[in-house]
Order: sequence, then C-alpha cells, then structure tokens
Amino acid sequence: MAMLSQRQVLRFLVPRFATCVSRTTISTIPRNLTRIHSLTHSRKRFCSSVCRDQKETVMVYFIQEDGSKLPGKARVGDNLLDVVVENDLDIDGFGACEGTLACSTCHLIFKKKDYDNLPEAPTDEELDMLDLAYGLTEESRLGCQVIVTKDMEGLEVRVPQGIADAREPS
Amino acid sequence: MIRVLRLICACPCHFGKRSRLLSQQSAALPGNPKICVVGSGPAGFYTAQQLLKGNSLVEVDIYEKLPVPFGLVRFGVAPDHPEVKNVINTFTQTANNERCRFLGNVKVGEDISIQELKEAYSTVVLAYGVDADRVLGIPGEDSQNVLSARRFVGWYNGLPKDSDLEVDLDTDNVVVLGHGNVALDVARVLLTPIDSLAKTDISQHALEVLSRSKVKRVTLVGRRGPLQVAFTIKELREMTKLPGCLSVLHKHNFHGLDTVSQGLPRPRKRLTDLMYKTCMAPTGSGPRQWELQFLLSPTEFISDTNNRVSAVKFAQNRLEGSDLETQRAVRTEETKEISCGLVLRSIGYRSIQIDDMLPFDTDRGVVPCDSTSRVVDSPGVYCSGWVGRGPTGVILTTMSDGFETGKVILRDLEEGVLRQDNIGGVDVIRKKLETKGVQVVTFTDWNKINKIEMSRGKSVGKPREKMVNIQDMLKAASS
Repeated sequence: MAMLSQRQVLRFLVPRFATCVSRTTISTIPRNLTRIHSLTHSRKRFCSSVCRDQKETVMVYFIQEDGSKLPGKARVGDNLLDVVVENDLDIDGFGACEGTLACSTCHLIFKKKDYDNLPEAPTDEELDMLDLAYGLTEESRLGCQVIVTKDMEGLEVRVPQGIADAREPS
Repeated sequence: MIRVLRLICACPCHFGKRSRLLSQQSAALPGNPKICVVGSGPAGFYTAQQLLKGNSLVEVDIYEKLPVPFGLVRFGVAPDHPEVKNVINTFTQTANNERCRFLGNVKVGEDISIQELKEAYSTVVLAYGVDADRVLGIPGEDSQNVLSARRFVGWYNGLPKDSDLEVDLDTDNVVVLGHGNVALDVARVLLTPIDSLAKTDISQHALEVLSRSKVKRVTLVGRRGPLQVAFTIKELREMTKLPGCLSVLHKHNFHGLDTVSQGLPRPRKRLTDLMYKTCMAPTGSGPRQWELQFLLSPTEFISDTNNRVSAVKFAQNRLEGSDLETQRAVRTEETKEISCGLVLRSIGYRSIQIDDMLPFDTDRGVVPCDSTSRVVDSPGVYCSGWVGRGPTGVILTTMSDGFETGKVILRDLEEGVLRQDNIGGVDVIRKKLETKGVQVVTFTDWNKINKIEMSRGKSVGKPREKMVNIQDMLKAASS
C-alpha cells in the first residue's frame, strides 16, 4: 500500500467517472461516502481504470448531432465514458448510471472499420442495454464498455442524441 | 496512508460544509426568471438540470410532497438494482447548484395551489408522475391479497403511504397480472433468496415478511403473446439467472417464433430469441420457479371463505391484426383457472389531478399536453415525464423528455412568451407555507435524513435503511 500514491488509492476506491469526484482534480475528497459503499456492493465492477498505463494517451473525437467535434485526451486502458468525464466534455446526460451497465446514455456509434477493429465484441449484457438506446445501429457500442487502445489515435465516434425519438407513440 | 484515510473519512463533513448549500435558505433574486417544478423524481431533476444549464440567470425551485427527494428512483427502482440509483449523484449536483432549491414536504394542490404557483413563477413544470393504478373492474377485485403491484413496490421500497400494506406470503402460488418490467421486478423480489435481498436497501418490514415467505411459484400472465411483451431484455435475462429458480415457458407459445423473430427489429428480435432459447432449453433449477402465461385476460377473482383470493379465472384470447408487435387480443369462449393465494396487478399506472384548475384526461390518466410539453389551455404550464407522456419507457426516456421540456421552456423564455417581472418566486410561497404551518424540508435537511438512513443501514449491513414514517423524517430534518 505504501507504494501507491494517494491518487491511486482514491482511484481504487472510487471509479474515475464517479460524479462525487471533481472532474478537474481527481484527488479531491469524495463528497459522499455512499459511493465507496455502493461500489463494494455492486454486483460487478465494470470500471477498467485500475491497472493501466498512465503515460500513454491518444486523442479521440466525439462528434455531436449538430456536427460539432469534441476532442478528448484518452489514456490507454480507460474506457470512453472515462474519457468524456475526465475531459469534462459537455454531452447532456452522458453516463447516467456511471458505467455500471444499467442505462444506455453513453451510446456511441463507430465507423464500420473502427467498429470491426475493436478488440472485444460486446457482451450480451451490453447488447441488452444498447437495445434500449435511441438510434441504434449495427456499429453501436456503450462508451463505458469500450477500452481505449494505442491504435485509437484520431478515432472519431458519433454521439447520437435522438431526442425526437424519445416520445413513444401513445 | 494515514493522511489518505483521514481525507476519505472527512468526506461527509466536507459535504456538509459546502457553503453553496446555504443558498437553500436564500431569498429569490429580483428580475431573474423563476421556474417551479412540481415533483422531484427523474423528470423533475432532468428538467431542472437542462434549465439551469441553458440559462445562467434562471432560478429553479423543486417542490416535493414528501420530505425526501428523487421520486421513483428511491421508491420505484428495485432494491437489487443499485446501479440505476447512481443517477442520484447527478440529481444531487443539480440540487447543490446555487440557483436551485429543493422544497420538500410541500403538497401542491393542498398546501399551495397551482394558481398561487402560477402567480409566483414564470413557469410551472408538472413532473409529479403517476400515483394511481389502472384497475380491471372485474368481480372479486377487492378480495384480500389482490394487490396493486405499484403499492407492493412502494411497500418493499419504504414509501410511507404503502409501508402498512398487508401482504400475506403464506401461499405457494402467486399470479402477477402484466408483462411489463414492474411485473418482472415484483416476481424477482418474491423469488430472490432472502440473503441477497438483505444486502439491499429493501425496507426492514418487507424483509421480515419476505423472510417468512412460502412462495414457490410466480406466474406472470399477459393478455397478448410473446411478441407483445412490454418487459425489456435485461430484466428477462435476470429472471433466467435467478439462483434456485427454474424458468417455465411453454413450447406451444413459442412454436415457430425462432423463424418469425428473424424479421423483427433488433431489440424485439433479441428479446424473443432469449425467451425462445429459455423455453427450449430451460435454465435454472431449484425449489422455486417462475412461469410465463400468454393470451389470458382475467375475468374474475375467486376467494375462499375468508374472502382471501384462491384463484383467478381467465378468458382465453387470440390475436388479431397484421402488425406482429401491435396485434390486439380478442376473447374467445375458452376459459382457464389458475389457483393462487396472492395476486399482484401490474397493468399500468395512471396519473392524478392534483388541482382542479389543471386539465386532466381521465381516459388516459394523464395531464393533456401537446407534443412540445405545453399543457393544453394553460399558458405557462408544462409537463415533463410520465404525468404527461404516460407511464412507459426507462429512465433514458424520461431523461430525454426532461431535457426536451427544459429546452422548450428556455426557448419560450428567450422569446418573451413567459412573464419575468413582478414575480415573487419562492419568497411569496414560503410566507404562505409558513402561515399554514408547513415545515419545508430543504436539501440540507435531506442530507441529515440521508446521513441517518445510511448509518442505520450500515449497522445492519445494508447500503441504507430508509425511514418510512413521515414524522420521523420531519424530526430528523429539523434536528
């Protein structure tokens, strides 16, 4: 334990993207101890950020519905939800369940070739949540489940908004 | 290391000291647009989030009839789905915004009228959701142990008004009427091993009753077929993985559906495929089981000599219509009876009319609004979430709806459609509430309740032990 920095200890206890941690300084004290508690009780820990190479980064770009392009500095080993949170990218409602596979608000659409190059195929559980996403495509993934790799430099992913689809016929 | 630990342990105090929380007590600033939101569930908080972000002057006051915030995230989301409750972190951030106030324990329509809110604010946003059930209107519906699934959910989630619901689990068989996610939630809670439930924030009174449960079989009955179920695949998959529980799906319901499903949209296809797969190669085993029954409409509840339900009578249906997903159920002459000692009715929710001056669609059970969330014939009044759209969809649906309502209001503010001068905002309302002796619960007060609930939970190995009595909440809030 003595080998770990304070920051690393906090990272272990609190997911990088947890909103109880300030987005600008990771070493900020968690505002609410429940986060730590609920983390230990969650059935599966989806956060991937514990063991990663902190040195290597690549740039990825989030293209919004209006065409604007949000750049994000992404650490190799983080997931794409981490990237949005760490870079404080302003995407409404992104990552509502904080990467626990309980919503589909971090829905991202990849280009076909990028999608095919992703190292891991989506699990059933990820596909289950994606099925509830607006504007679902065959190249859709949940950002919280896609791990940044070295060869993602310059990656562009689309952030579907799909508000118009929000109202179900009634 | 010591330093690190101290930093972590200091966290709740740090939270309590946040100076901007003091704004809960502050007076409204003259000249700023003031908006009130009625209801502090996801619809209310997501609308507030959008409003605060989109206009740097707007002030948002969120009124809640209970002393505690978060609506169905606290009282609806199943206790074994803690991940879904992570949205509370975002709601808390919104509530901590210096231009946002939470006013709990204020019953709009009772303590304060919609007219009074309309006079005090630029805009009134209705986000109070649904608070009543659809009923079947068939003989025997008032038999003992024929319960609304909505109230059953309220009971295990510690909703004050449902905490004294009489639930008798001294029976082998339970019938759940409905094929939605609420139906699967109540079935799952009834069939989950008690040790697992004991680690959730399920209310203690419910845990005690469930620990004495004799329930072995839960049958979920729908009036239509497998292609029309309303539950989603995540909840279905959970059912197929319940420990000690066999999935019972009948082959005659699924014959040929593997071929039919190929032409369906992906979500419906995957859902149908999972049911098909589970039917052909049943998963799980054990003393308990859950079963799906299709094409049955309840016609009568039969009760024993103690007026307790003992069976449900159904009419067999067939499906009509060319579009597979929207086929209608049509009754046939055939009937069927299923014995059971408990019925949970989960056939949809309705909203209620909290104030006579609001229009209300009694057929659909919603406040009528147009496609842009404006309530009909009520300038300055908007709907967000289930109160206007009806009770469908997941949290994402309500989030999009809340954001969209927020954007419409922001646009109307910009275009000068909404009045912004001569409005008293929260000060006027506070005075009126004071005269009536209403104890307003602020977000700072909620933090006190929250802290007590979490420490009570900690002592019994749960993330939280909810207070279920309003007087207890008010006492904690004023401590």
